[in-house]
Amino acid sequence: MSAAESYGAPAAEVPGGGRALLTVEHLTMRFGGLVAIDDVSFQAAEGRITAIIGPNGAGKTTVFNCLTGFYKPTVGRLTLHHPKGEFLLERLEGYRTAQKASVARTFQNIRLFPRMTVLENLIVAQHNKLMRASGFTAAGLFGLKVYRDAEAKAMDLAKYWLDHTKLTEQADVEAGNLPYGDQRRLEIARAMCTEPVLLCLDEPAAGLNPRESHDLNSLLRYIRNEHKIGILLIEHDMSVVMEISDHIIVLDYGRKISDGTPEAVRNDPAVIRAYLGQEEHEELPPEIIAGAGTADRSPDDA
Amino acid sequence: MAVAVAEDIVVRPLNMAALVREASITALVVFALAISLVGFQVLDVPGGLAIRTRFVDVGMVMVLAFFGRVALILLREHRPRPVLIVTPVLAAIMLVLLLSETFFGVETGSVLKQFLPFQDPVVLWGVLLVTIVLAVRSAYAHTHMNSSMTLEEREVRMDQIGAGVQRAARLLGPVLLLFAITLPFMPFADRRLLDIGILVLTYVMLGWGLNIVVGLAGLLDLGYVAFYAVGAYSFALLATQMDVSFWVALPFAGLMAGLAGVILGFPVLRLRGDYLAIVTLGFGEMVRVILLNWYSFTNGPDGISGIPRPSFFGFAEFRRNAGDTTAFHDMFGLEFASVHRIIFMFYLILGMALIVNVFTMRIRKLPIGRAWEALREDETACRSLGINPRNTKLTAFGIGAMFAGFAGSFFATRQGFISPESFTFIESAVILAIVVLGGFGSQVGVVIAAVLLIGLPEFFRDLQQYRMLAFGLAMVLIMLWRPAGLLAHREPTLRLFGRNKKPGTSS
Repeated sequence: MSAAESYGAPAAEVPGGGRALLTVEHLTMRFGGLVAIDDVSFQAAEGRITAIIGPNGAGKTTVFNCLTGFYKPTVGRLTLHHPKGEFLLERLEGYRTAQKASVARTFQNIRLFPRMTVLENLIVAQHNKLMRASGFTAAGLFGLKVYRDAEAKAMDLAKYWLDHTKLTEQADVEAGNLPYGDQRRLEIARAMCTEPVLLCLDEPAAGLNPRESHDLNSLLRYIRNEHKIGILLIEHDMSVVMEISDHIIVLDYGRKISDGTPEAVRNDPAVIRAYLGQEEHEELPPEIIAGAGTADRSPDDA
Repeated sequence: MAVAVAEDIVVRPLNMAALVREASITALVVFALAISLVGFQVLDVPGGLAIRTRFVDVGMVMVLAFFGRVALILLREHRPRPVLIVTPVLAAIMLVLLLSETFFGVETGSVLKQFLPFQDPVVLWGVLLVTIVLAVRSAYAHTHMNSSMTLEEREVRMDQIGAGVQRAARLLGPVLLLFAITLPFMPFADRRLLDIGILVLTYVMLGWGLNIVVGLAGLLDLGYVAFYAVGAYSFALLATQMDVSFWVALPFAGLMAGLAGVILGFPVLRLRGDYLAIVTLGFGEMVRVILLNWYSFTNGPDGISGIPRPSFFGFAEFRRNAGDTTAFHDMFGLEFASVHRIIFMFYLILGMALIVNVFTMRIRKLPIGRAWEALREDETACRSLGINPRNTKLTAFGIGAMFAGFAGSFFATRQGFISPESFTFIESAVILAIVVLGGFGSQVGVVIAAVLLIGLPEFFRDLQQYRMLAFGLAMVLIMLWRPAGLLAHREPTLRLFGRNKKPGTSS
């Protein structure tokens, strides 16, 4: 059974292929007496989309919060195999995860800068780069060329992502005035403007209609294929998960119950049991799995 | 029916009993409020205190409230005609009586004045104002027959006005600047006007400084005056104890205040919202109490006097007999006039305020400025983008404090005397009120609010004791009509399409 095997040391080879980008070992997170994550280990590969799924309350967002520095894990080692070297994410706190280790994230309940324009949201995302270029404000105050060049480059990157998220027309609109689907895409664009190596998306398809979900799939595929970064995805919408994931990890009550390619996970009896509480069904249509997972629950993610 | 009626207005028959009841209730409420506040006055008589009763005034207030309410009910019920007939007559009579001393000479005037309901001129003018407002409203209602605009209609209208003012503000800035520059040479510019101008500009500068902290970074700072005090005392002590000149001490005082901002900010800035406001309030008071009690260093409640005036950039002194230094009027071959220094002070504070303004406008378009605004919008999102919230807030706090320090040095050198009295919480409240009234983050708004809150009360010295009342009234009105401030409008720091181009017309 795959669940039993993958406890302990992580598998040498990442299911779904690719070079390992993130290695999570024995991640445990306790809140007082509550064990939100219980000894979870997995790997995520570069240039692959890794989905974390599971019923509500399984601890998916908690894993994200540990990875992105919002929580400090109780136990566990989170190693990011960054091109610049290895980063131990559990030691980086708060904003440093994004600043040093280039891990970007989006939020379950969208967190944009609502009164700033779409373009400004994307420029703010490039803060650290621009701060250095502006000589920590001094060079910028006097309008030196170094800073103006850096700003032009930042604009180019912002325009690039505006184009690829189809938001160019709305560039000067306040982010808070965008329709819901556009806000979701803008949040991804903003995360990409930080030029991450690992992108963590917390339910990016929540509240999207089928058409928008389809567009989201192509956007995520584009990011994976063109930018070769690792994408970690929490999602309930199985049409998104099954279609684009290369690798799926299933959590239930804070434990990992399955880990493998979409095909393997779909047929894993442990997964079916977790979602339906039955053992007889060998094969389930994805809609049923999706239906089992979308009962509403909205834990705050930050 | 007697009155011409627009289609959608239903004129119901008037229920006299209900009208009288409603007006009576109003009068009763007014009685409950007025009996203690107006009815009794504690007087300081030789040998102790005495209580004077003013029941006639209370009765007068109740009668006024009763009829005022009746007028409002009539307007609400679309019967403006009686109000339209009565209020202008009343207003005219009051105006004549109020100005009777000028019209009929002092003797007849003082007799005629006996017919007025109250003694205090400010109250009388207030009553007159309310009467005029009622008259105008009834006239408006009579012509439009729709005195009851719905709330949304009113809001849309106020928004339109706000947007219009905003458009005008782009022109308003240069016009105000030109006015400020030419003011000292205007024929009507006497010494008093220049003094008021200097005072207003000091508050404009403080408002602009606080705007960085509150408007941009969204950190509600109720203790801003502490940094003003640190700047003033730094300068005063340097100048009096070490004989350092204004131009050398000024940057140092700013640095000290900025440092104080960083030191105070360090433990405080991990708090958010209301908690931050309360702790900054406490820190503000702490600074004042330290100034008050550290007698050996700050001279305590006695304050520091004899603070030297600034020289003309170190080249000349504003004195008739400058001794071995050059005198300003000699340098330019002018007659000596004490107003020279006032004019110089005016330009000095104008220049300092403008530096703050230019700095703020520029820094808004730099990464640090955008990070401030982003932090105001969502701190969690900022952290996920790798923005260091603590350092970013500290810079805002420190820079804001530094500008307060500069303003403080100027205050010290202008007054020549400072004491902890000048740095009470009320000063913080006034500066914050200027920022809030003007509209968070709006530079022109701060100027307008400073003129309204500082300039007008100075002109109407009579109003002094009602100043806080006017404050409260202005705040309530702003909250009702423009909750985000007079000129709350955020101009994006950069655009993909030009300001006037519509999205989509260019690639």
